[in-house]
Amino acid sequence: MTSTVGGTRARMQDAVTAITADHVPERSQGSERLHSIWRSIFPFVVVGAIWEIIAWTGVFPRRLFPTLEEVATSFVNLTIAGILPHHAIETVLRLLAGFALAGVVGVTIGVLMGRSRRAEDIFLPLVSIGAPIPGLAYAPLFLLWFGLGNLSSVLLVGFVSAFPIIFNSWTGVKAVKEIWVRSAQAMGADDRRLFRHVILPGALPYILTGLRLGLAQAWRILVAVEMLAAVPWGLGWLIFGARKFLNTDTMLAGIVVIALIGLALEKFVFQKIENYTVVRWGMISS
Amino acid sequence: MTEPGQNRRSLVRGALSLLVAAIAYEALARSGYFAPALLPTLPAIARTLFASLADGTMFAHAAFTLYRVMFGFALSIVVGLPLGILMARFQRVESFFLPLVSAMMPIPSFALVPLFMLWFGIGNLTTILIVFYAATFPMIFNTWSGVRSVNPIWLRAAGAMGADERRLFWKVIIPGASPFIITGMRQAFLRAWIAVVGAEMIAASDWGLGWVIFDAKEFLNTDAMLASLIVIGIIGFVFERFVFGSLERATVMRWGMVRAAKG
Repeated sequence: MTSTVGGTRARMQDAVTAITADHVPERSQGSERLHSIWRSIFPFVVVGAIWEIIAWTGVFPRRLFPTLEEVATSFVNLTIAGILPHHAIETVLRLLAGFALAGVVGVTIGVLMGRSRRAEDIFLPLVSIGAPIPGLAYAPLFLLWFGLGNLSSVLLVGFVSAFPIIFNSWTGVKAVKEIWVRSAQAMGADDRRLFRHVILPGALPYILTGLRLGLAQAWRILVAVEMLAAVPWGLGWLIFGARKFLNTDTMLAGIVVIALIGLALEKFVFQKIENYTVVRWGMISS
Repeated sequence: MTEPGQNRRSLVRGALSLLVAAIAYEALARSGYFAPALLPTLPAIARTLFASLADGTMFAHAAFTLYRVMFGFALSIVVGLPLGILMARFQRVESFFLPLVSAMMPIPSFALVPLFMLWFGIGNLTTILIVFYAATFPMIFNTWSGVRSVNPIWLRAAGAMGADERRLFWKVIIPGASPFIITGMRQAFLRAWIAVVGAEMIAASDWGLGWVIFDAKEFLNTDAMLASLIVIGIIGFVFERFVFGSLERATVMRWGMVRAAKG
């Protein structure tokens, strides 16, 4: 589905650039680029201006609705003092630990379910019961069982993000064309080579989709978990703690960091992985 | 692969695996290895569930949660659907909103809960707004890609047959984009459902399934926690299966946009 959407997008953008090029042939390449940068910054300028106006008019108390300068100042101060990076690093480490757990367990169970009927019959009912419950609903239970702090939050993030990974790996392995498996077997591939060279590459687009969904899920849950689990460092905790002291500027600075990490995960981790593997093997068109 | 014998064997194995899991849990709970307050037995959970159903408190909690989730979800459709369509139809709207939407989408809705609690207090308003924030983005994105992916040949054909703008919109674009729009609603509801539970925990009011779970933790009422977990799971499952399943059958499948699920 993503591939078709991406395809149309690319096509339509081509059409758009073709039209603009027709209209303004005298415009140079450089000013064209400047123009497109300005076009993507412009909305933020508008929103920022509206924010400033609301903050300055004092409709809301200044403590609760700080100006952008105040947010920027506390962002810079907290970064220089090393507080913000420390929080961010702890959060990312927790994310990676939980996600690695989910990836290993999820792909293993999913592939097993796809390959063996018996494993499918055993795991599918358990997974289908666990999946529709929102992950955070488990949080208090995990806190009681594993205590406040790192262990609970990492386990919960892993547990929650394992579900999309299991489902997608399972679907992916089942979607490998029967003919590929048969022809590889007819050409004398043993089980190990069958798995390594046919099933794994065939299922990889699905597995990557699952990992991507899992990471997004983990990221969304982690922030809330950090608030509930009272971990000593972490962006969720930073935001939640700042509320008690009405440090709205610190909260907004934390939210900015969260947004930046989220964007970076999407742009630099997953799009890269996808380009590197599935697109190169020709499993989906970029 | 699909002969009845094989299917029946899967069913038996599935039931068996659930049974084994239940017995293992029960054995663990009764072994006394863990404190019974942390690991209540299955009959204890069932008793709590029935007691809270019988005196109506569970229904009241569920009603509050559903009210919040439906309100926020409805808002997200009211905002997301038109915005997605406008973004897809008008280049100018798209180039304004797309950067904003892409920048706000990766912010988890829970990150905003403390801020919203300061701005809007504790209770319904904050929860509904969090649900709205969580559900709007999948709605916008799917509507946007759905309208863009309408086959241009259909538009030209309808135009050539003399359809005006209004009929083009209602008869071609909306049905053509509907599989994406329904997927968007599904994702939006799923997000909303996750968001409402989390928001109720953090911005604790005094009713709601998320709040019950969190409140029960303070008193070590693990049986109440597990009972509400079951209710949350059932409601989520019912929505996913029956509400969206039948919506899909009534629209996209009837219009022949997608075939019934394969296999």
